[in-house]
Amino acid sequence: MVTSNPFSSMFGRSPFQPLLAHIVKTNECADQLLPFFEATLANDWDTAAKLRENVTHLEHDADTLKTELRLNLPNTMFLPVSRSDLLDLISVQDKIANKVRDITGIMLGRKMRVPDELADPMRDYIRTSVACVAQARQALEELKDLLESGFGKNVSDVMQKMIRELHTLEHQADDQQVIIRRQLFSLESQLPPVDVMFLYKIIEWVGELSDRAERVGSRLQILTAR
Amino acid sequence: MLIIAQYGEIFIILACLFGFFMAWGVGANDVANAMGTSVGSKAITIKQAILIAVVFEFLGAWLAGGEVTNTIRKGIIDPELLQEDPQLLVYGMLAALLAAGTWLLVASMKGWPVSTTHSIVGAIVGFAVAGLGPAMVDWGAVGKIAASWVVSPLLAGTIGFVLFKSVHHLIFEDANPFTAAKRYVPGYVFLVGFIVSMVTLTKGLSHVGLDLTFNQSLLLSILLGLVIMGIGLIMQRRIKFEHNANDHFGYANVERVFGVLMIFTACAMAFAHGSNDVANAVGPLAAVISVVQTGGEIGSSALVPWWVLVLGGGGIVVGLVTYGHKVIATVGTGITELTPSRGFAATLAAATTVVLASGTGLPISTTHTLVGAILGVGLARGMAALNLRVIGTIAASWLITLPAGAGLAILFFFMFKGMFG
Repeated sequence: MVTSNPFSSMFGRSPFQPLLAHIVKTNECADQLLPFFEATLANDWDTAAKLRENVTHLEHDADTLKTELRLNLPNTMFLPVSRSDLLDLISVQDKIANKVRDITGIMLGRKMRVPDELADPMRDYIRTSVACVAQARQALEELKDLLESGFGKNVSDVMQKMIRELHTLEHQADDQQVIIRRQLFSLESQLPPVDVMFLYKIIEWVGELSDRAERVGSRLQILTAR
Repeated sequence: MLIIAQYGEIFIILACLFGFFMAWGVGANDVANAMGTSVGSKAITIKQAILIAVVFEFLGAWLAGGEVTNTIRKGIIDPELLQEDPQLLVYGMLAALLAAGTWLLVASMKGWPVSTTHSIVGAIVGFAVAGLGPAMVDWGAVGKIAASWVVSPLLAGTIGFVLFKSVHHLIFEDANPFTAAKRYVPGYVFLVGFIVSMVTLTKGLSHVGLDLTFNQSLLLSILLGLVIMGIGLIMQRRIKFEHNANDHFGYANVERVFGVLMIFTACAMAFAHGSNDVANAVGPLAAVISVVQTGGEIGSSALVPWWVLVLGGGGIVVGLVTYGHKVIATVGTGITELTPSRGFAATLAAATTVVLASGTGLPISTTHTLVGAILGVGLARGMAALNLRVIGTIAASWLITLPAGAGLAILFFFMFKGMFG
C-alpha cells in the first residue's frame, strides 16, 4: 500500500546534518596540509603524493555532501534560517577544501620545497591557517545545540565567542603572512625567479585558507542572527 | 412509513455494519496520524502508543464524542424537514457511510491524501443536494464546518507557536535547562489534564450520569489536572541528569524530561481524536437508528444511544489492532526530526484545538490540525526543516475528497432508493 502520509512528507531531511558533515570533511582535508608540508620539506615525495591523494579524496567527499545538501533543499522547505544564507554558507565552506586541493596540487606538481630559512615561519603560518579551519568547524558544531534550543541565547553566546576567537586567529595568520613575505623578499635574489613567483602564490593561498575559514564564521553569524 | 416498518432491522444492521467499517477505517488510518508525533519523537514506543490509543480513543469517543455525532446526525440536514419521507434520510446516511468508507479505502490504497471528516461531510452534503434538494441542507452549519477546517489548523498553529515559545523562554534560555525543565514540565502536565477535562466536563457528561455545573466542572478539572500532575511528578523523579561529553548544555537531558510530558500529551491527543473522529462513523449510524426506532417519527431531540458511541469506539480499537499498528510504525519511523519538546508543543496544541472543536460539535480533521500545530512550532524556530508541500497536500485533500465523497454518496443514495423503493 502506498502511503501518502502528510507527516512523512512534511518532515524534510534536515540540511544541517550534511552541513556539519561537510565542515568535518573540510577540516580533515585541511588537516592533511601540515603533514604534507613536512613531507615536502623532507623531500619525501611518495608520502606527499599519498597525502595529496587523501586531500583529493576528502575534497571529493565534501563536494558530494554539498551537492546532496543542495539537492535536498527544495524551495518549499521551511527552515529556521534563511535558505539562501544556508546555501551561501555551504559554498563558502566548500571553497576551503578547494583551496587545500589547489595548494597541495601545485606544490606536488612543481615539487616545491620551501627554502630552509622560511620553513619554520611557514610551518607556523600553515598551522594558524589550519587552526582557523578547525575553529570554524567548532563554531559550526554549536549549530546543533543552537537548533535544539530553538536559537537560545546561551548557545548563541558560546558560538559568538568562538567566532570572535576565529577572527583573532585569522588576524594572527595575516600578521604571519606579512612577516613571511618580507623574509621571502630578502631571499628573492638568491632564488630562481619562477620558484619565487610560485612561493608568493602559495603564501597567498594559505592566507586565503584562513580567510575563507573566517568567512565561514561570518556567514554563520549572519545565518544565526535574529 | 411502511418501508421503515418493513425494513427497519435491515437498515439498522446495514448501518451498524457500514458504521463499524468506517470506524475501522478511522482506527486503521487516522489514529496513526494522531499518534505519529508521539512515536516519532521516541517518547513512547509503538506498543505503548497502541495501548494509549486503545484506551483513550475509546474514552474520547464514549465521553466526548456526542456533540460532533449530533452535528453529523442532524446538524447538516434538518431531519424535521423529512417528516414525509423518513426513509430518504436512512438511504442518505447509509449512502454517506458507504461512500466515505469506500472512498477512504480506494484513496488509501492509491496513496492519495484523504481526510475522513471531509469525505463524510462531503458525502452527506452531496446526497442531500442531489437527492433531497439544496433547501434541505443547513448551509449555515455547513459554512461553519468549512470555516472550522480553515480555522482549526490556524488555531493549532498559534497555540503551538505560543507553547514552544514558552518552552524556549522558560527552559532553553535558562542557565540550567535541566532543572528548569524539571521545574516547569509539571506545569505543562497540569495544563494537559486541565484543558482536556475542562472541555469534556463543561460540555456535559450527562449521558454517563454526571451532571455538573460550570463551577463544579472547573473545580473537578483543576483537581484532575493536579492528580495528573502528581503522576507526572512521580514519573519525572526517576529521571536523573546524565553527563555526556557531546551535550554541553544538557539538552539531551531536557528532552528526557519532556519525554514524560509527551506520554500525557499522547493520551490527550488520542482522547481528542476519539472524541472528534468517532462521529464520522457514528453520526450517520445514530441518524438511521433514531429514524427506525421512532418508527419514522423523526424527532431531532432524540439522544444518541450510548451503545452507538461504544460501537464506534470499538470499531476504532479493532481497526487499530488489526491494521493501524502497522501505519503507526510507518508514520512514527518516518518522523525522525521531532524531539519531545517539539512534539509536546505540537501535540498539545492540536489536542486542545480538537477537543475544543469536539466540545462545540465541529467535525474537523485531526491530521490537518496537527500539521498546523507542527508548522506553528516551526515558525517559532523549533524545527530544522519542514516541507511546505504538505500544505498543497492538504488543499488537494479538500479538492479531491469533497467531490469524490459527494459523488459516491449520490450514486449509493439512488442505489438504495432503487433497492428499497
